[in-house]
Amino acid sequence: MTPEAVVFYLLAALTLGSAAICMLARSLIYSAFALLGAFVGVAGLYLLLGADFLAATQLLIYVGGILVLLLFGVMLTHKLYDLDLKSGTTQFAPGLVVSATVFALLSWVAFHAPWRLGGGREPAPTTAALGEQFLGKYLLPFEAASLLLLVAMLGAALIVRRRKDA
Amino acid sequence: MIGVQHYLLLSAALFSLGLLGVLTRRNAVHVLMGVELILNSANLNLVAFARYGSGQIAGQVFAVFVIVVAAAEVAVALAIVLTMYRLRRTPNLDAADSLRG
Repeated sequence: MTPEAVVFYLLAALTLGSAAICMLARSLIYSAFALLGAFVGVAGLYLLLGADFLAATQLLIYVGGILVLLLFGVMLTHKLYDLDLKSGTTQFAPGLVVSATVFALLSWVAFHAPWRLGGGREPAPTTAALGEQFLGKYLLPFEAASLLLLVAMLGAALIVRRRKDA
Repeated sequence: MIGVQHYLLLSAALFSLGLLGVLTRRNAVHVLMGVELILNSANLNLVAFARYGSGQIAGQVFAVFVIVVAAAEVAVALAIVLTMYRLRRTPNLDAADSLRG
């Protein structure tokens, strides 16, 4: 077993284990921290795949932004609205069947599709290359994404504001 | 040797775990966490193909855009969930049934 394989299986175990805890735990806080483990595992897998800038972005935005937002949302609504932090499941058996079917289908496709792989890309520092792509070929989606973020911020603030009228 | 199929299998497992959460959890925030797992699995696929596939870096560019869209979506979705708490006094998604026929 090469070191790459050992690291891959460790990170895969961390990611899948955390995802399973996240989806099966009863308490919201346990699920949020298990989701943290899943995000860190995925960031490690990005590093293994040679995507160094993307791993840093994943940690900053997912762990430092989205997860903190989720935790704040949960904890503040818990204080304000006296909601129960535990949550059960509904219709677990049909959901499990559907999820297992989707997994079987996806893994069958993964092993039987004729992937026409090129040479691949050896792991190399990606930040400069990504910057060139963002400001070159993908400039329009880049600008559109910044517009999307602005609109999302405005929309979220607008949805949550309290109305003064009755 | 770790090949692209390993990553595809891993992301298929992550996708189905997220799908399980989206289908079976009652709390809206749990469903949001499942959606984030699904988005991460798709990102993993993109980066795996950027590494083992055509050799271009476009997969990682797309993955950055997916992260951006996921961040925007979580912000708006939490705003909606908060408003739903305010109106219905419960986080259960079963209570969001005003459009039911």
